[in-house]
Amino acid sequence: MFTADLPPITGPDVEYSLIAPILIITAAAVLGTLVEALVPRTRRFGVQAAVAVVGVLAAIGDTIWVYQSLDAVKGGGHSGRGQISTEGALSVDGPGVVTWLLLLVFALLSFLLFAERRLEGGLSAFTGRAADAPGSAGEAEATAARIEHTEVFPLASFALLGMMVFATANDLLTMFVALEVLSLPLYLMCGLARRRRLLSQEAALKYFLLGAFSSVFFLYGVALAYGYAGSFELGRIAVAVSSRTGSDTLLLASIALMAVGLLFKISAVPFHSWTPDVYQGAPTPVTAFMAAGTKTAAFVALLRVFFVAFGGATWDWRPTIWVIAVVTMFLGALVSIAQTDVKRMLAYSSIAHAGFLLVGFAGAYVGTTDRISSVSSVLFYLTVYGIATIGAFAIVTLIRDAGGEATHLSRWAGLGKASPFLAGSFALFMLSFAGIPLTSGFIGKWAVFSAAWSGGYWPLVVIGVLMSAVAAYFYVRVIVLMFFTDPVGDGPTIAVPSVLTTTVIAATAAATVFLGLVPGPMLDLAQHAGTFVR
Amino acid sequence: MTEYITLSMILFTIGAVGVLVRRNAIVVFMCVELMLNATNLALVAFSRQHGNLDGQVAAFFVMVVAAAEVVVGLAIIVSIYRTRRTTTVDEASLLKL
Repeated sequence: MFTADLPPITGPDVEYSLIAPILIITAAAVLGTLVEALVPRTRRFGVQAAVAVVGVLAAIGDTIWVYQSLDAVKGGGHSGRGQISTEGALSVDGPGVVTWLLLLVFALLSFLLFAERRLEGGLSAFTGRAADAPGSAGEAEATAARIEHTEVFPLASFALLGMMVFATANDLLTMFVALEVLSLPLYLMCGLARRRRLLSQEAALKYFLLGAFSSVFFLYGVALAYGYAGSFELGRIAVAVSSRTGSDTLLLASIALMAVGLLFKISAVPFHSWTPDVYQGAPTPVTAFMAAGTKTAAFVALLRVFFVAFGGATWDWRPTIWVIAVVTMFLGALVSIAQTDVKRMLAYSSIAHAGFLLVGFAGAYVGTTDRISSVSSVLFYLTVYGIATIGAFAIVTLIRDAGGEATHLSRWAGLGKASPFLAGSFALFMLSFAGIPLTSGFIGKWAVFSAAWSGGYWPLVVIGVLMSAVAAYFYVRVIVLMFFTDPVGDGPTIAVPSVLTTTVIAATAAATVFLGLVPGPMLDLAQHAGTFVR
Repeated sequence: MTEYITLSMILFTIGAVGVLVRRNAIVVFMCVELMLNATNLALVAFSRQHGNLDGQVAAFFVMVVAAAEVVVGLAIIVSIYRTRRTTTVDEASLLKL
């Protein structure tokens, strides 16, 4: 018998309880696909929304449980919590699990916006039948028959799954697959807007072509890293990098190519050109999800790759990140002044925020008990940025005219008189983006600047403070426009939303104030997360 | 061994240049696929060099991802074509500053 010579095959060792939040989201997404096939059309939207929201709520509960059960690890002079799981594919550690929590909360808020149907007269913000050409008879027929694309909920769940895996991937192959799992559904969701469908389709095409282009660069970087180290695991690459076993050219090329792919996803200059177009063209709830979720997942993945795998080559990449941070802050802040569209303005603001986040990253500070580390400061900044971004885009969905959302800034004049609650909340988010004290944005900026300062990058901090002053100019300009300018003509209509959007706006506004006044608990959570486990 | 890596780099560069200079969305997309396959060649060559199977397994994953990308990409390109009767990327210019 020839089979006798073969060694026994051992099954993989999977820690199901540790990765359960990921499994719950997978189950919700797969269940959503089944619902699409089995539930009658009239009830499908409600069932889909319920499956997605319940899945996320269950995953949030489980993530909190996983976080509390993480064991502390000591070694190599770093303190961290958690462990490498699933045969080295995932690293369930402090920063990773905190990121899961952030992503799930962002997804929950976005799913509530997806489910809003009162604004379009009982239909969702997504087109009835994406296959019909805009303005065609088929489109009118689909609208009349009240057909809706309920697939957005499973698609968004799959994107959320990709984000969660992306932020905790411990080998580069898992990271690449997660990158695609998060990107592919987002490409499709960008093209599904009910109004202004030409813009929406164009946004999907641009996002797809540029996104595919950038992920190939990431993948080639992965291949070169494998060529350098002989393994995809971040820990083994780190060993090869610190002992400098292979050729330096291979290593530097690999770092550069992977940086292109990751910096594209966080929309850092010079890889930012897709951001304004895609943010403007995509349906606004999707923009909110994408702006908060993708940036969070991609930034944590960026930190993980550079701090864990390329931690031994810090002096090779830090100067480049320094320059990119300055250019990103500068361009994001300056160009947003020239914008006349609210969604484009928020897109450039998101580019500027990528720059501020990179300041914290460039500090590469490990942290002590009383000084915040780069990882913790970035986690805190991502929290406040994501919450304020979702809140701001939720308000954008409500300011409407006959053609859908009135996104031109001139249409926002005099909003303060028409609706003090909406204008006040939007002003609050703008102040938080600008980093004014007593809002969460101030604490976020303080955290990243403090990490960069501790890392010895004080010139970068000085530039960062100057740039936040420039950025504050256009945020304040919007506030002046809303409260102290007379409306043009009749002004836009303020749609009355259902309880879903109201909840999102109220929750994000409350969180923005709370994190500004009492940042302690969230800062503790971010600092307690510790470093990446390798 | 170096020859395979060089070839893969040449293919990758051809693909990258193609993405930047070609104007038809489908041709641009084909150039991205060329870059993916150049990566596969590099992965398999490095796998041989290191004497482990990780790179070959990765190449399979890349093939599956590329197939999934084709599905999504062609869906988007076809929906644009139905509206505008063209797949030239220059025409897709409604979103501007």
